[in-house]
Amino acid sequence: MTASSNGKPKFAMYWASSCGGCEIAVLNIHEKILDVDANFEVVFWPVAMDAKYKDVEAMPDGSILLTLFNGAIRNDENAHMAQLLRRKSQILVAFGSCANEGCMPALANLSSVQEIIDTAYSTITTDNPQGIRPQPNYTVPEGDLHIPTLYPIVRTLDQVVKVDYYMPGCPPESHQIAAVIDLVVKVLHGEAQLPPSGSVIGAGNSTVCDECTRQRDVKTIKEFKRIQHVMLDTQVCILEQGVLCSGPATRSGCKALCPAAGSPCIGCYGPAEGVLDYGARLISAVASVIDSNDPAEIDRILDGIPDPAGMFYRFNLAGSVLRASKSAWLNKPS
Amino acid sequence: MERITIDPITRLEGHGKIEIFLDEKGNVANTYFQIPELRGFERFCVGRQVEEIPILTNRICGVCPEAHHMAGAKAVDAVYHVDPPRTAKLLRELLYSAFYVTDHTTHFYALAGPDFVMGPDAPVAERNILGVIHKVGLEIGGQVIQCRKYGHTVVEMIGGRKVHPCTSIPGGLTKGITEDQRQEIEKMGRWAIEFAQFSLKLFNDIVLGNQAYVDLILGDIYTHRTHYIGMVDENNKTNFYDGKISVVDPDGKRLGKYAPSEYTDWIAEHVEPWSYLKYPYLKKVGWKGFVDGKDSGVYCATPLSRLNASDGMATPLAQAEYEKFFSTLGGKPVHQRLATHWARLIELLYAAEHWVELATDPEITSDNFRTVPTEKPTEGVGIVEAPRGTLTHHYWTDERGIATRVNLVVGTTNNYAPISMSIKKAAQSLIKEGTVITEGLLNMVEMAFRAYDPCFGCATHSLPGQMPLQVTIYDAQRNPIEVLKQAC
Amino acid sequence: MSEQFEPVIIGFTCNWCSYRAADLAGTSRIKYPPNVRLIRLMCSGRLDPTFVIKALAGGADGVLITGCHPGECHYLDQNYKAMRRYLLLRRTLVQMGIEPQRVKLVWASAAEGARLASEITKLVEEIRLLGPLNWPTSTNGKVELIESMEVPA
Repeated sequence: MTASSNGKPKFAMYWASSCGGCEIAVLNIHEKILDVDANFEVVFWPVAMDAKYKDVEAMPDGSILLTLFNGAIRNDENAHMAQLLRRKSQILVAFGSCANEGCMPALANLSSVQEIIDTAYSTITTDNPQGIRPQPNYTVPEGDLHIPTLYPIVRTLDQVVKVDYYMPGCPPESHQIAAVIDLVVKVLHGEAQLPPSGSVIGAGNSTVCDECTRQRDVKTIKEFKRIQHVMLDTQVCILEQGVLCSGPATRSGCKALCPAAGSPCIGCYGPAEGVLDYGARLISAVASVIDSNDPAEIDRILDGIPDPAGMFYRFNLAGSVLRASKSAWLNKPS
Repeated sequence: MERITIDPITRLEGHGKIEIFLDEKGNVANTYFQIPELRGFERFCVGRQVEEIPILTNRICGVCPEAHHMAGAKAVDAVYHVDPPRTAKLLRELLYSAFYVTDHTTHFYALAGPDFVMGPDAPVAERNILGVIHKVGLEIGGQVIQCRKYGHTVVEMIGGRKVHPCTSIPGGLTKGITEDQRQEIEKMGRWAIEFAQFSLKLFNDIVLGNQAYVDLILGDIYTHRTHYIGMVDENNKTNFYDGKISVVDPDGKRLGKYAPSEYTDWIAEHVEPWSYLKYPYLKKVGWKGFVDGKDSGVYCATPLSRLNASDGMATPLAQAEYEKFFSTLGGKPVHQRLATHWARLIELLYAAEHWVELATDPEITSDNFRTVPTEKPTEGVGIVEAPRGTLTHHYWTDERGIATRVNLVVGTTNNYAPISMSIKKAAQSLIKEGTVITEGLLNMVEMAFRAYDPCFGCATHSLPGQMPLQVTIYDAQRNPIEVLKQAC
Repeated sequence: MSEQFEPVIIGFTCNWCSYRAADLAGTSRIKYPPNVRLIRLMCSGRLDPTFVIKALAGGADGVLITGCHPGECHYLDQNYKAMRRYLLLRRTLVQMGIEPQRVKLVWASAAEGARLASEITKLVEEIRLLGPLNWPTSTNGKVELIESMEVPA
């Protein structure tokens, strides 16, 4: 491990196409942030301190011990920073759902990027009679201006660079982040070993159902209901009551907070151990519990899930096997 | 033309950068403030079940997901034509008040505080939260952490999670609170009031007690005469959660108050080809470019705007501060952008007082926190005041409740034009022929947009918390001749 | 004359009924097109939707799923699960831009060799009409799409 000039190993955190929730989750470890400060020299964290892209470029390769990278890869600036931080870091962690599997930004993979752009610049309040679209390169009287180019589809971090560890969650819960920091500090002091490269850290090995305190029984669904139309029993499994819950396919680690609050699991912790395609796993689980053997009736029951792709791939589209709809891949209207 | 590039700017949704162009003499010819990000929520929320959208739009911003969740909650209530029970509205507003306290605290102490506590020209190594703590005492840092902890505890109790709440659905909430929780919330709220008062006293002693800072606040560099908007209740007092949007002109004259369903009569968005972000402006006045004045449709939506656009604060301690604020600064409206920091603390106090008011309402622990909608879903608008500006969510659905169209006008977006103007004016005032670019100068350009708290408030911590800025100065042949940056 | 498009179809057949039907077609010398590559599962209820998705993402133009007739499943009623999963999967694939006709579920008993052969023949023609899927993650997909996303070093 390379020590910095003041003896402490270097730490960085960066956000690509993300929302900032991962940064807030890190800061929600409260006093424990002092452990980070005591054991690391923070050299790059755009939200919190003043190191620039040029400073990172000037660092020797591999001089940052640990980088937490959150955010999906939406445009060429995100991709450039992923490559840059991969070169400069010994350990690169895909932090949070966006970097792991695409998260919300990856829902854009159900439309072509042209549709994304056209929608944004022609909304009901947008005054744009000439149909102006932002240009990656544009010349103004004073000189040339440049903004990043959007790629046709959103990608995960490991579809662009090699990732050492995966920490899922939208955002990762603070108690998990605190636990990971404790582990890293122990490793720095020679009191523990890092898990094998490629591991998922800061999360459990089972599904959210295991952490959920609701009672589970045999599921026989005659009708799928929307949450606003049913008063849920607080003690009984949500899926059993006919409201879609992503718990069966989702990795544990969050303490099943949403079902505890009366809201179904939405799957923000990503695929459970051993799941190759998250949406397929959910399709299998949900379809299996439909209580009918008649195709016409099954179809009627399935009409209660009007948006299966949006429900089953809510966080996971970029990380799924198909990754995007055909129209997104080809940048043609759906 | 010579060019100074500042990249990246932080403390904004996503990323941003500034291009400053100098003429032959070395004066600022023009500046461009570009936003390089687009994710496309207005497109990919289409096709989704509409009750999902308050959860999807949480992920527009992980610092203020509570704002998006509430605007979305109100929008889906409107879509289903359902009125939640009073307890649901109380609980949502209680969550929202606690969130406001946390969020405004974070911005003031970690972002704004160092400029005033340490001074805009203070050495870079000290001009951050560490320097602040060193100067005012270690206790303060602990208090700021505690304030954040309390705020997020309330958010989790009512919203289900600390970040990205999940409990608002059409017609109300999926859970209520117990009496034990209510007592804990009340206790934390009372502490928050004291903390807010302490923060205002700190500002008074350190900033208002220092003539140099007062001159800076009142100076012309950071002053713009624009329109102002902000949400008010039926008594025209500032309210963050519900009400109508009051619009006042640069002289303080109220042009009108619009209900959420009327926002398209008032707000339009201008597009430029060199940025992904759009520029909202007042439709009835028209887009005249990046200029001040009564005839320009440019408007602000910030804590300062909200105080300018309202007739007062609805709680007593905050109201006293509101009156002191305007009498000190020479009446309404106040145009000095740095005064936004002060306005933010007044809002912090109001949010804390309102937190306790709501926590002590007899209906707050009722288990009647949901109404099941019975009408068919069609279309709805939900507006709240996000800490950084008025936030509008507008959804259209088909008869199954699948979103067919979505329009969002987000907090910081409202301020894109005024921020651009503030940056340009500050750059033009500070960078002139023969100016030597110093760290202090860079910081004073930063201060122009930091007052708006662009979208992201980074919480307190003991890391050096300052703006990353690098200035690269090129000669006429575009060779870099000097690179200055704020060191860590 | 241009080469005719030959669809690549992966066929998941259950061991007890439909695989034996395919076997029977073979031993009866009933001709059917070679486009279907058969993979034997113990039961159609073993079909994980992931298999279908992997097949399509990996270069298949279509997927055939076969199982015992309703009521005749060797494991009692797992073929009903296959049917439910198939119906939900197809709806999801539509949103991904994959025509539902590319995935087909056929019941066939061990004695229905001729019938299975004719179903396969029909399916090959249906998919030939739809054209190649060329999913971009497969080797016969639009590789230049992925290359266009090469990151600047």
